[in-house]
Amino acid sequence: MSEKIPVTVLTGYLGAGKTTLLNRILTENHGKRYAVIVNEFGEVGIDNELVVGADEEVFEMNNGCICCTVRGDLIRIIEGLMKRRGKFDAIIIETTGLADPAPVAQTFFVDEDVQSRARLDAIVTVVDAKWLAARLRDAPEAKNQIAFADVILVNKTDLVAPADLAEVEARIRGINPYARIIRTERCTVPLADVLDRGAFDLDRVLDLEPAFLEAGHHHHHDDDVQSMSVEIAGEVDPDRFMPWINDIIQRDGPDILRSKGILAFPGEPRRFVYQGVHMILDGDLQREWKPDEPRHSKIVFIGRNLKTDEIRKGFLACKA
Amino acid sequence: MAGPNDTLTRHVESAELGSHVTGLGFFGTEPVFATGDGEVIIGIGAGSRRVAVHTGGILVAAAEKGRIVTGGDDGRIVATASDGTTTELGHEKGRWIDALALGPSGAVAWSAGKTVTARDGKGGIKTFAAPSSSRGLAFAPKGYRLAISHVDGASLWFPNVAGAPERLEWKGVHLDVVWSADGRFVVSSMQENQLHGWKLPEKAHMRMSGYPGKTRSLSWSGDGTWLATSGAEAAIVWPFSGNGPMGKAPRECGVRPRRVTTVAFHPKSLVLAIGYDDGMILLVRLTDASELVVRHIAPGGAVTALGWDEHGDRLAFGTDEGQAGCLTLPGGPA
Repeated sequence: MSEKIPVTVLTGYLGAGKTTLLNRILTENHGKRYAVIVNEFGEVGIDNELVVGADEEVFEMNNGCICCTVRGDLIRIIEGLMKRRGKFDAIIIETTGLADPAPVAQTFFVDEDVQSRARLDAIVTVVDAKWLAARLRDAPEAKNQIAFADVILVNKTDLVAPADLAEVEARIRGINPYARIIRTERCTVPLADVLDRGAFDLDRVLDLEPAFLEAGHHHHHDDDVQSMSVEIAGEVDPDRFMPWINDIIQRDGPDILRSKGILAFPGEPRRFVYQGVHMILDGDLQREWKPDEPRHSKIVFIGRNLKTDEIRKGFLACKA
Repeated sequence: MAGPNDTLTRHVESAELGSHVTGLGFFGTEPVFATGDGEVIIGIGAGSRRVAVHTGGILVAAAEKGRIVTGGDDGRIVATASDGTTTELGHEKGRWIDALALGPSGAVAWSAGKTVTARDGKGGIKTFAAPSSSRGLAFAPKGYRLAISHVDGASLWFPNVAGAPERLEWKGVHLDVVWSADGRFVVSSMQENQLHGWKLPEKAHMRMSGYPGKTRSLSWSGDGTWLATSGAEAAIVWPFSGNGPMGKAPRECGVRPRRVTTVAFHPKSLVLAIGYDDGMILLVRLTDASELVVRHIAPGGAVTALGWDEHGDRLAFGTDEGQAGCLTLPGGPA
């Protein structure tokens, strides 16, 4: 079986600079060929036979899971692209400014055919440094796009004062402390910082040290989307943890945007790593713990109205 | 237990086409293949002819006597004749062609996103806006009528009759659709790893579930009494005689620890060709479950196209990574 094609999802509110970034990816000489799924044809100023228009058709899966939505058009387009394997190295999916990233991400967990041929590499969100604060007030989509992101480009930094920029980044950290933030003007960022990140690889998903531990950080709790993490300095009992996490995900899945965890199980030399989008969890035993690595267990949630105390208590009760 | 009989493999002529095989058909005794590189390849091995039909890839293909019709990511629908000449039947600028069906008297239907187009044999064009993008189209066996799959069901559309099409409802995402030869059953495959059928005209529901994967290949037996399907570690064959499959167990043919990707019933006898995701191809006789190997496990990926010639003397196949072949049955039909 040939290697899975990496897929980068590009989100961002209207006017933030997604198209600028996309045009850079398509025109710069980086030696890679991209198939690009765009939401509006006209905006990409390039004639490339591997640019295809998407319909953003979100389908609810009829499988009893209420927030289990997928992008039907993506399943169809990726199936079509796979007939032309060898003509491109990676896929980029641009979403509209109003799109919820969840159905896009879930498509890669739920659809077996997509999952067997393509892998979600990272969700990259472009935000406008000047207008982000306003968007966070009036557009829930903007918040979701930050919450889901693995990489956030804070664009148009030349249009704001340094103090305002710090404020913007603090707002982002308040929602999602785990994403990598890159400041840019006109999306001038090394493409390697955006593409082929492996953010959804189970063996890299848990670069869990949040950037908000950096000095000088001040916390914002005014956003309804927040993150939390709980760590146990030791192992957890899988027989208690698995039912517990499944319960949480089933019950609060609609409010949990992303979740990740890395766990040490007694007598298991390998790390158990999982990640999830809403109610969908994907986990596996992965590489062995290194001899100098403390066998600690840690979970992370990004979501809306998280029941932080209950989650903390519940996880700590799973301690082996 | 003895393994499947291996006497046919030496009657297979193979070729490397170099690109994903989307679909195939026959021009008389000669197989014809449509590829992900946009080419139609007539014949196999030495003497085969390549026709560059689409500038992009071929996404869908359907063949009938004397022509193969292809839809590409260049938005074009093109008929290629046995002499290699091409005729453009339609062009959806900037769109991909998602589904394609051939109908009576030279009719062709295709979908691009939500737009479904029917073109009759004289070139008359009618369009229909489906409730969602459509991934499956099938003409009724009689009359000029088209089944269109979409989200939450299917629509039965008379292109030449004004007014709303008849709606077949079932919640979920419907992919491929087929219509039985007696016109009594419409069956769709679903994103949710199951089939759904409607018995006409009363629209009685038939739910066929239990598949571990999606069904993307469906084939009626020549006598119309069985429907073979992919999507499991065997070909699942549903009985459609009488009132249909409700309350009856399906047959499981060619059970192997690999996923069946394509199925094709012999046009005249109850013999089913089964292609797997590891490239293997078996023939299974329904009456006694005897098995014959057409192709062993081979590099080149899953079997993605499989089909018999008109008389059932030849079986052509193609794979995900561009391998192809054609079996000529020794001494006539199986």
